[in-house]
Amino acid sequence: MRREPTEQEIRDQRMYVKFGLTDDEYARICTRLGRLPNYTETGVFSVMWSEHCSYKSSRKHLRRFPTQGTHVLQGPGENAGIIDIGDNLAVSFKMESHNHPTAVEPYQGAATGVGGIIRDVFTMGARPIALLNSLRFGTLDQARTRYLFSHAVEGIAFYGNCIGIPTVGGEVVFDARYAENPLVNAMCIGLMTHDQIATGHASGVGNPVLVVGAKTGRDGIHGATFASAQDPNEKERSAVQVGDPFMEKLLLEACLELIATGRVVGIQDMGAAGLTSSSAEMASRAGSGLTLDVSRVPCRETGMSPYEIMLSESQERMLVVMKEGESAIAEEIFAKWGLEATVIGRVTDDGSLRITEGERVAAELPIAALVDEAPVLDRPAVRPAYLDQLNVAPVRLSTQGDLTGDLLALVAEPTIASKEWVYRQYDTMVRTETLVRPGADAAVIGIPDSQKAIATSADGNGKYVYLNPRQGGAMAVAEAARNIVCTGARPLAVTDCLNYGNPEKPEIFYQFRESIDGMSEACEKLGTPVISGNVSFYNETGGQDIYPTPIIGMVGLLEQAERLVTSAFKRGEGAVYLLAPKGQAIRDGLGGSAYLAMKRPDEALSYQLPAFDLDAEKAVQDACLALAEAGVLAAAHDISDGGLAVALAESCVQGSVGLAVAVTIAPDDEQEVLLFGESPSRILVQVRAGQEKRLKELASSFLVSFLPLGAVAETDRFHITLNEKTAIDAEVSALRDAWRGAIASWMN
Amino acid sequence: MNCAVLQFPGSNCDQDAVKAVAGTLSLKADLVWHETADLNAYDLIIVPGGFSYGDYLRAGAIARFSKAMQATVAAAERGAYVLGICNGFQILTEAGLLPGALRRNDHRQFRCDMVELEVVNGATDFTRAYEKARVTIPIAHGEGNYYVDDEMLKRLEENQQIVFRYASEQSPNGSVANIAGVINERGNVLGMMPHPERAVSERLGSTDGISLFRSILTSWRDGHAS
Repeated sequence: MRREPTEQEIRDQRMYVKFGLTDDEYARICTRLGRLPNYTETGVFSVMWSEHCSYKSSRKHLRRFPTQGTHVLQGPGENAGIIDIGDNLAVSFKMESHNHPTAVEPYQGAATGVGGIIRDVFTMGARPIALLNSLRFGTLDQARTRYLFSHAVEGIAFYGNCIGIPTVGGEVVFDARYAENPLVNAMCIGLMTHDQIATGHASGVGNPVLVVGAKTGRDGIHGATFASAQDPNEKERSAVQVGDPFMEKLLLEACLELIATGRVVGIQDMGAAGLTSSSAEMASRAGSGLTLDVSRVPCRETGMSPYEIMLSESQERMLVVMKEGESAIAEEIFAKWGLEATVIGRVTDDGSLRITEGERVAAELPIAALVDEAPVLDRPAVRPAYLDQLNVAPVRLSTQGDLTGDLLALVAEPTIASKEWVYRQYDTMVRTETLVRPGADAAVIGIPDSQKAIATSADGNGKYVYLNPRQGGAMAVAEAARNIVCTGARPLAVTDCLNYGNPEKPEIFYQFRESIDGMSEACEKLGTPVISGNVSFYNETGGQDIYPTPIIGMVGLLEQAERLVTSAFKRGEGAVYLLAPKGQAIRDGLGGSAYLAMKRPDEALSYQLPAFDLDAEKAVQDACLALAEAGVLAAAHDISDGGLAVALAESCVQGSVGLAVAVTIAPDDEQEVLLFGESPSRILVQVRAGQEKRLKELASSFLVSFLPLGAVAETDRFHITLNEKTAIDAEVSALRDAWRGAIASWMN
Repeated sequence: MNCAVLQFPGSNCDQDAVKAVAGTLSLKADLVWHETADLNAYDLIIVPGGFSYGDYLRAGAIARFSKAMQATVAAAERGAYVLGICNGFQILTEAGLLPGALRRNDHRQFRCDMVELEVVNGATDFTRAYEKARVTIPIAHGEGNYYVDDEMLKRLEENQQIVFRYASEQSPNGSVANIAGVINERGNVLGMMPHPERAVSERLGSTDGISLFRSILTSWRDGHAS
């Protein structure tokens, strides 16, 4: 066995720097302990004080999120949040990033991201019922992007399909800004009854502490520190964990069976920083201490040191505290599933984390120092200069304008195009409760033996946040909620995954801080508290940062699943309307739009976003929800990337119907803004046959405008007339082929 | 009719099968753990989808050695109905209850989709309730590429053992002769890659799986009426 460096060597050779600790932080540790930390202790501190575990850059700002609500059963701070959905039922969910591992090893990086978020949810006692993922890659003309993209998707499919949880939704965006720093944000939703709620508390002096699930190996050591470093090219493949969904399926069933016995005191996933963070966090929440003997941890390899065992990020493991004298219950249940459950220590009351290797004390650290006293940074934020150089957005880009050709090209932009190439690799239907599969505004999942269903979506637009951090943050929340109300569901709560560049740059930190304020304002206004989340910084390579990309995962409730509204236009139903803020159906130019990026790529980041108003947004969403609940909607579809024309095309393609739209606009030259502008707060609705009068009555009670657009037709023709002149005339089948075939044509 | 749904470590469509049996036949199926060696009480044994034993080595290759599968082979010999769905079909071929093998999809990707099937043989005990020749049932698999050699294919065709074919010209996985499901010569063991248990209500997008479950019950009743 290799000799570990001594305390003095760590200090003299500044070895702690390699662990990710600064001189300042190391000095603080020495002062706090009143001695020099040994090798294991230095390792434990370095992961607990890493950005990934301590949230040292973000913690102060995350406190601004609204987290309260009468329906919130568990807010942030646990493995996942929980909301009440009535009838003694609750839903637990969370989203988490696995960006850095994916950049290095996309298949395992993405797969273990899925595995980790599933554990976070079933640790709470909930049975996972759905997965979503939000992905960002570079552009598909790059071979490396195609490699990262295809392998990440395959890794997500591998894990979710095997474990038997349907992947029901999400989004994929392609932009050169993510070429070196792809984003993989995975979200999991679980269902439980109120009495099944479990938490990560290590309480009750003398209670046994068990490691359950997979054996511990040398994989993923220092994964948490690695996620807090900058350049993925300098990151080691060996620090990426390897996932085994079969093992996790067994662990899931065994843990749920164990939690159902009511004998579990606390349970926590061993995610980032493995045994170190799970034990320290569980003891911290309970205000207790722990003594753990690492020589009792079942290891995959021989000769593992306390340092390696404490820092291993081997997957599919849990830390469980049982009631005293009842560890045999865990051993028996786990044996049935072919897994080990091993007592490795006990709960104490001395507030310290004591790691022994047999009789020898390998580390002894105050838990408060590891968790509560982790550094909280007050990073400087400076408004980036580019924000003050943005111009008022143009309303017109082409002079002669082949708008039909533009629409065909726009629906074939990979970000807008159908993601069927992705989601047909996912099992979207297992559990037989998927009522709306991927490809819609939001997925809808039925609740077994109940009239209820939940709707869920994951949304974000990094470019919007880049162009206006505060407004962009609010718009991300608004879009997620709009997607939910389009199904007829009422938005309930949010999980967020906050992906940013290097927080040590004041301009990046400004983006972070401002967008948090924007998201908070929107969550407040829309009544959707944040119940869980994750921050991923240092998404930066060679000085280039990603767009600030907060992703919002939202869950809403449909009391009557049969009232569900989908985005496909339907034959034999009524007219199509544009639901928009009062007097603002068309406005504000082409800033931030996919159309601008396609037509004038060099100017994509030169203009201001269209205006956004939270009160107007709320009015539109309330109106949509009221109409859906009244049963007058045949279809509803959120208008987002690509604007009105793309949304109309999508609803036609999904319903296999034609459309004739005739609109009068003034002034005449704003047709591109009407067709392709991305003003927020707009929803396409198709009224049910014979319900026009009711629609108008109901709509008049909200401060919204209803612009009649046209009618669905039993043809293959997609026809838009503006001021009595044909603007777009395309075959629906041509739009469908362009939209559905785009990503496949790059990948095959 | 007593119905069992086998449960291996890694099965994940077991609950869906139980739900489908309850929903279509109003019967309560028992979940039977893989270590159970006695299936004498059952008239229908469903080998469900999933990734039994992680599908290590080869899909279905380890499950065939389980006690429950040995009992299933014995049950098939005494004439009980056996329905293998997806991973269950893979296990039945590994166990020698059905001819052929299921290889990795020719395009190398997992594929989940609603697919159209042709009911090639609507006279089996599993398909007699079908009134139409085309049905829509979802698939979800990475290894559904059915293979038999030419000689066996000829035998399957002659004996009318091909029960379902993918209706589209291009199969979703590369299967020989577009085969989606086959039955044994005796007619009591059916294996199919598509998931009939996922096509049992309008809200799931198809009800075309219902007739399969109803066919089995009707056949069983006929067998027991005489």
